[in-house]
Amino acid sequence: MKFFWETRKVILLSALIYAIVKCVFFFGFVSQYIEQITLYALIVILTSLGLNVIYGYTGQFSLGHAAFYGIGAYVSAYLTKVFGIENVFAYIPILFMSGAAAGLVGYLIGIPILRLRDDFLAIATLGFGTLVRVFLDNSDRFAEVLGGSRGFVGIPRLTTFELAFLIVVFLILITRNLIFSRYGLFWRCIKSDELASASIGINTFSMKLMAFTYGCFLAGIGGALYANLYTFLHPSNFDILKSIDFLIIVIVGGMGSITGTIYAGLIWVGFIEGLRIVLPAEIVDLRWVFIPLLLIALMMWKPHGLITKSGR
Amino acid sequence: MEQLGYILQQFINGLQLGAVYALIALGYTMVYGVLRLINFAHGDIFMLGAFIAYYLISRFNLPIYLVFALTMLCTALAGYIIEKVAYKPLRNAPKISLLITAVGVSLFLEYFLSLNAIFTPNYIAFPRPFEVEAFDVLLFTVTNVQLIIFAITGASLGLLYLLIYKTKQGQAMRAVSFDQEIASLMGINVDTTISLTFIVGAALAGVGGILYGIAYPQINVFMGIMPGIKSFIAAVLGGIGIIHGAVLGGFIIGLSEVFVSAFLSSTFRDGVIFVILFLVLLLKPTGIFGKRIDKV
Repeated sequence: MKFFWETRKVILLSALIYAIVKCVFFFGFVSQYIEQITLYALIVILTSLGLNVIYGYTGQFSLGHAAFYGIGAYVSAYLTKVFGIENVFAYIPILFMSGAAAGLVGYLIGIPILRLRDDFLAIATLGFGTLVRVFLDNSDRFAEVLGGSRGFVGIPRLTTFELAFLIVVFLILITRNLIFSRYGLFWRCIKSDELASASIGINTFSMKLMAFTYGCFLAGIGGALYANLYTFLHPSNFDILKSIDFLIIVIVGGMGSITGTIYAGLIWVGFIEGLRIVLPAEIVDLRWVFIPLLLIALMMWKPHGLITKSGR
Repeated sequence: MEQLGYILQQFINGLQLGAVYALIALGYTMVYGVLRLINFAHGDIFMLGAFIAYYLISRFNLPIYLVFALTMLCTALAGYIIEKVAYKPLRNAPKISLLITAVGVSLFLEYFLSLNAIFTPNYIAFPRPFEVEAFDVLLFTVTNVQLIIFAITGASLGLLYLLIYKTKQGQAMRAVSFDQEIASLMGINVDTTISLTFIVGAALAGVGGILYGIAYPQINVFMGIMPGIKSFIAAVLGGIGIIHGAVLGGFIIGLSEVFVSAFLSSTFRDGVIFVILFLVLLLKPTGIFGKRIDKV
């Protein structure tokens, strides 16, 4: 009963947030740019949540998350452009198809690589990320519209605040329910001790694969929203450095914490995009020096994350 | 006949690239041997080597042997500092924490050095310390740059071999990579040995950086990422932790990259390297020379 009560609380809270943000947008307190950033923050939260399922909850270290984000983005961009979608209701199925495509790729690549552990898994996912990047760079050889290294242009702009907010809240709730389901329990078990989990009868491989596929699915939806927000895609938006951005958000927010990821995503976007306006041009690049230092400091003193309590 | 000459020519070019990869891969494999860590910052040490050499040549006009000596000294110092500051406090932390720290160090070096006040993020032309001359040998041509690269790589490998297999310190390194705890019980100072490993690896990466700068005379702060990852793959291919495996892996990766560029398309060369990685990880994760699988 408590569980449903909490779900209702989350829905009410998000309705409140929606109303406030909508009011702020409606009365024109903020510029178009801030509106765009708010949408981007939602996308970043969703994608980081996917990585949190993979790494934070299940303990499978991935350095190739941006690849799945990119797959979702390109699939959605291709479908909306080729079919000339202009209606938001026709866009929703495409959104989920993009997510499913990223999830399917995650599933297929997960079968071989999830047998690896820790650092070898890291290098394998990194390798896969680079492969996707190479594919996207050469994509104009397969279909002219994809643009290859020149970038994908002319994507219809379909991501609205309502749609993005609804999808993100919906998927956050689904993720939360999954985490508290028996599958989520298995995932957390595997993170604590894979060998012990196997010994009590958990099929660790298929559970890891499920978490990986679901995380990639979320990344794919995030990518699709991104593609139809910015209307332009370039393969360099989906390289290793992007994967590390998501990793930093998960680590700052706390591994295995949904609220932490939400806060960290907001802080991250606010920090990167917000400081771009505030800081003078000469020192604006210092942001990128600060972030790795934060990462190193976190690993030394607070390896469980900055925002949530340790040990959860 | 012409086709054969072309293949031989590409073979020489592949060896040139492979020599640089081999020098970087040695640092990866040695550090992995003693710490079980993928030192992501190693590729940036390689970049640092190229930049230091660039400043020594263009600003101070030093003779080439001094450039090599000073660059090796600087990169070795950088490797030493990175190990002491970033990795040593995490000696007993989970493996992944150490890995994330390595990623952090790598990003820090890249973004800090790319500030406009330091190296700037732009491409810089690397000054050649000597004129390029080409010699015709039967079907293909060899440049003096390539000969120098082969000579210096060969000399570095020889010295490394002597260090690891003929000195007490080298024996300590081998012992620590075999089993850290037992080695410390045998009276080996583990911390010093790990520092020495970083110093030697970073010095080799510095040499690699200079050679890369001479061979492909355009340097950039982010130039270390891809060669770094490819060299790590070379180390995995040869069998991680195994010295001669890293050298062989480096040459294989260099050759495959050049041959793919020459016969397929240069845009696919990164992809092929990662296909090699997947095949190795799936078919023989211990690499070409790897023997036992106890802890993966």
